[in-house]
Amino acid sequence: MSPLFEEIIEEPASADVPTRRVAITVNGQRRVAEVEPRLLLAHLLRQGFKLTGTHLGCDTTNCGACTVLVDGKAIKSCTMLAVQADGHEVTTVEGLASMSELSPIQEGFKDEHGLQCGFCTPGMMLSATAMLAENPNPTEEDVRWALSGNLCRCTGYQNIVKAVLWAAAKMRGEEPSHEGAA
Amino acid sequence: MYPSRFRYEAPRSLDDAIALLQAGQGEAKVLAGGQSLVPLLKLRFAAPELLVDINNLPGLDYHRVDPDGTIRIGALCRHATLERSPLLVERQPTMAAAAPLVADPLVRNRGTLVGSLCHADPQGDWAAVVTALGGRVVAAGPRGRREIPIGEFVTGPFENALRYDEIAVEAVIPASKGQPAGGYLKLERRVGDFATAAAAVALELSGDVVTRAGIALCGVGPSTIDATDAGRALTGRTLTAAAIEEAADLAAAAAQPRTDHRGSAAYKRQVVRTFVTRILRNVVSTAERAA
Ligand SMILES: Cc1cc2nc3c(=O)[nH]c(=O)nc-3n(C[C@H](O)[C@H](O)[C@H](O)COP(=O)(O)OP(=O)(O)OC[C@H]3O[C@@H](n4cnc5c(N)ncnc54)[C@H](O)[C@@H]3O)c2cc1C
Ligand code: FES
Ligand code: FES
Repeated sequence: MSPLFEEIIEEPASADVPTRRVAITVNGQRRVAEVEPRLLLAHLLRQGFKLTGTHLGCDTTNCGACTVLVDGKAIKSCTMLAVQADGHEVTTVEGLASMSELSPIQEGFKDEHGLQCGFCTPGMMLSATAMLAENPNPTEEDVRWALSGNLCRCTGYQNIVKAVLWAAAKMRGEEPSHEGAA
Repeated sequence: MYPSRFRYEAPRSLDDAIALLQAGQGEAKVLAGGQSLVPLLKLRFAAPELLVDINNLPGLDYHRVDPDGTIRIGALCRHATLERSPLLVERQPTMAAAAPLVADPLVRNRGTLVGSLCHADPQGDWAAVVTALGGRVVAAGPRGRREIPIGEFVTGPFENALRYDEIAVEAVIPASKGQPAGGYLKLERRVGDFATAAAAVALELSGDVVTRAGIALCGVGPSTIDATDAGRALTGRTLTAAAIEEAADLAAAAAQPRTDHRGSAAYKRQVVRTFVTRILRNVVSTAERAA
């Protein structure tokens, strides 16, 4: 019986439920945990590793608030089992900033007012980070397409798109303009 | 909600995976991209005793074209790979058109085409595409491999023809004898939604004559609809306005839509007619531009 499991789900695992040891590199750091197979990656990150920047906004795999990067690809961590991340690299929003500096994406969200309540923001920033790694020179349409799996209930998306275009410009070494998207 | 308890295995060979399914006696389920199965587990609509995760099986993430033109898509080829595939853009326009319209970018990074066929959702996009293309599924089990035509593979809503100890390892699209043409159009209320109505059209052309036509519909019936009459109406003809209208009418007649929160039955039928017309007209104008 694993202590981590008890922390996450009220009913304790019975002795005959086998747990598994997983080793996951989270934000560059190797983490090891003993998990029951049914534990979702999102719950391991939040309750197990106390990385609460990964949000859970739905029960139906629709909202994208739980987006993290697994081996650089943006996925919904509420729809992957923690055991499936064994041996893989996971990046959460906590992994975006370096010690003293915000990442360009984070700066863009700050500069362009890309958030209101902030609930969708970690997922938005991770989807945007994955897109910019693949396409450093996105059009407004590319940005909207890449973020289309992430729902926002506050901003109306306009400033989110501007924030990502701002970050793209900054990462290309250009002076980001406040014009942004139309 | 949390899934109910299950045992989990992630075998590293196909033989081991099949052996696990066999030992599971029908209480085991294959886990591929997990983008349909994990949501079902979370809602406890599914509660298997054992999950056999096939993500660690080597060499199944391919999609390729054989020298004879046959297209093969391995069980671990993700929607996102197909969306970015130059090969499909060049060789298979119906698939290339559909790939970006499946679910949302996050789901596409995990979900698989073969898993989508296995899931057999009446609103699944790939089942309609593979039906229009006359494709088949390769199943591997303890007694070897067998090929199942898509029409026999999907046996009903959320039901497929696999035995409990079989894994679908590959989807096969037969080589196009003529010039492949066609497309996929889908009406959705928002990105990531399932189809209100969608139409897949797959043609083979010899000059301007249609030598084979497959038309299949999604979202407008209890299962994927193979509009065979509509396809037959085009075969052996050029894509005249009359031929296009006839095929579109037959496709609309084949639809069995139901009125629901996505729209009325009459509306969905009209969407089918419009989509088939648009795809066929686009084939004509693309050919005219190329000439
Ligand atoms: C928010 C959201 C939106 C979506 N929108 C769409 C959409 O618009 N159109 C659409 O078509 N789909 C949509 N989907 C479903 C998505 O395409 C899934 O990826 C797909 O249906 C299942 O593929 P998978 O690899 O994820 O399979 P899984 O979820 O892993 O498995 C699904 C089922 O198939 C079985 N299975 C899977 N692979 C195999 C195999 N190789 N052999 C034997 N059995 C197997 C499993 O046991 C399970 O029963 C959506 C999903 C979500 C969460
Ligand atoms: S929590 Fe909503 S998609 Fe994961
Ligand atoms: S800022 Fe509130 S949901 Fe996006």
